[in-house]
Amino acid sequence: MRLTTSCAAAALLAALGPAAEAEELNALIWCDHADPALLEPFEKAHGVKVNTKEFEGTAAGLTILEQSRPGDWDVMVIDAVDVHRAVERGLLAPLPAAEMATADYFPQVVMAANNSVDGVTYAVTEKFGYNTIAFNKAAVDPEDMKSLKTLFSGKYDGRIAVYDYYLPVEGLVGVAQGIATKDLDAAALAKIKAPLFALKSASKQVSDVVASQTALATGEVDVLVGGGEWLTAVLHAENPDLDWTIPEEGGLLWAQSIAVLKDSKKPELALEFVKYITSPEGQARLATSSCYWGMPANRKAGAQLDADQKAVLRWDEQDDYLARAQLYPVPDAATDAAMQDLWTEMLQN
Amino acid sequence: MGIEAIEKRQGAALVLPALLWTVAFFVLPFAAMVWISLGHLDGREMVPGPDLGNYLRIFTEPALTRGIWVSLQITLIVTVISVALAWPLAWIIATRVPVRWRRLALLLAVLPFWTSYVVRSYSWALVLGQKGVVMTALLGLGILDAPVQIMATRAATVIGFVHFFVMLLTLTIYSNLVQLSPNYARAAEDLGASRFQVIRLVILPLTLPGVMTGAFLTFVLCIGDYITPQILGGNNELTLPQLIMLQLGRRGDYPMASALSVVLMALVTLAYAACARWLKMERV
Repeated sequence: MRLTTSCAAAALLAALGPAAEAEELNALIWCDHADPALLEPFEKAHGVKVNTKEFEGTAAGLTILEQSRPGDWDVMVIDAVDVHRAVERGLLAPLPAAEMATADYFPQVVMAANNSVDGVTYAVTEKFGYNTIAFNKAAVDPEDMKSLKTLFSGKYDGRIAVYDYYLPVEGLVGVAQGIATKDLDAAALAKIKAPLFALKSASKQVSDVVASQTALATGEVDVLVGGGEWLTAVLHAENPDLDWTIPEEGGLLWAQSIAVLKDSKKPELALEFVKYITSPEGQARLATSSCYWGMPANRKAGAQLDADQKAVLRWDEQDDYLARAQLYPVPDAATDAAMQDLWTEMLQN
Repeated sequence: MGIEAIEKRQGAALVLPALLWTVAFFVLPFAAMVWISLGHLDGREMVPGPDLGNYLRIFTEPALTRGIWVSLQITLIVTVISVALAWPLAWIIATRVPVRWRRLALLLAVLPFWTSYVVRSYSWALVLGQKGVVMTALLGLGILDAPVQIMATRAATVIGFVHFFVMLLTLTIYSNLVQLSPNYARAAEDLGASRFQVIRLVILPLTLPGVMTGAFLTFVLCIGDYITPQILGGNNELTLPQLIMLQLGRRGDYPMASALSVVLMALVTLAYAACARWLKMERV
């Protein structure tokens, strides 16, 4: 009798298995997508559970995909400048461009050249922001922060932290030297070497996101090179003096995209998730995620954000900022390697 | 079949699960890592070797070679300081603390183990900062006129490590000390040895297995640690684990990361070879 009951239970579970599977969406994400406030409306509307796995760095994300079984993952968040890398590996599914909300986007962040290959759209931008100068305005003169030259003037030596990621910081040092990010090649790297090393000498530390936030919040440093709203916004409630700006020389624009994976077993549900994330509601929630804030790509999200949130994001200044910001460097493999080697040399110097 | 042959078979059968486990989870992954380290990146694609290019770079590019030296220096400093602090602490607990208080003393010694390693490192970042407890106290007491930078230096990394490893070493040395018969010390004293001579000539040599086991564990854990130097060191110099992580983040240079890992493994093997004759785990 007991055996019969067990067999019946097992059969019932087996029968329920596929149904339970159909109610889950597996998302390979950055930490801002793990916020329950972002996921819950989608889960309720579609009666599904969104399983998330966080990763940092495109290489780590691609490795997870390559080590997973086909179909394990349905959607993926990826650095907008790296969409081509994922397409080259045959990992992404085409998206129906006509169904995407890009008509409502800030035009500068549609980034069709990055999100599509040979005219086929594989990803859409979902969030953007700036790698620029973040600072404690109670400890530094905000006027000084209007020029990147201040960083090399000696005035703030020992009070500077540098964000530990070579792409934006080398791009920013290039901008300070009048070198556009799109021109950052091997020859240009030779020109930025001395100022990059000078920046290291003037800095107290080179640190990741959390360590940079800690240093800025505790007064260990007063300036963060490479920081922006994504780093100071979550601390704004505790310390409104933490601020950021785009200097007159310019700043760097970062953008993240979302894509459906080619081997997804639930492509329709995955597409619905992409549509939700890029909808005004999803965009507003993603912009103010508990992990980090950033500008929503969709302008219509503005209607869902309150005045304080918009003030922190500098909503009204976006047209000016976007006009002055340059896209992250998009190096080829050889330049990427040279940039990393330069970074390693700087850290060990 | 003789009894000896049966015992041999039984012994082999008992060892087999551990052997299979080691082959599956150590030998094979390590062999795979060595093989990957002999490849290289062509563009963004991994090309299999054999090719010694990564190893050549490690030992010829100053930024990479320095990672080895930085790791060795920090590890040796941490190991020496930790042993110097842990031995007297373990000796005091084992011989001077009344038996009924020993358990509490040990508990207090290992209490920091119960905190998350990452949280503990960030706590040290707050303690050692310009406005942290240490600097505030030193300035308040007039010992310093102006703040001195400790955070984001090698000193901060060493302090974070020593805090952790003193606890570990205290346990290994203590367990060695309590196994020593008090008759050794009594005999030495009967023969005219002073208290200091008893410690130096009798107790200390007898605790060498515990000291060396703890020191070896400290070496292995310290040289392979990424979190403490990353949080407390401020990236002002890179250790081998930090260099390994740097290869993986964006570019995914697994061959170079593997080559650096093999070098790390070689350093640990050399450390083992250096102190193998003292490593008697059953004594600890």
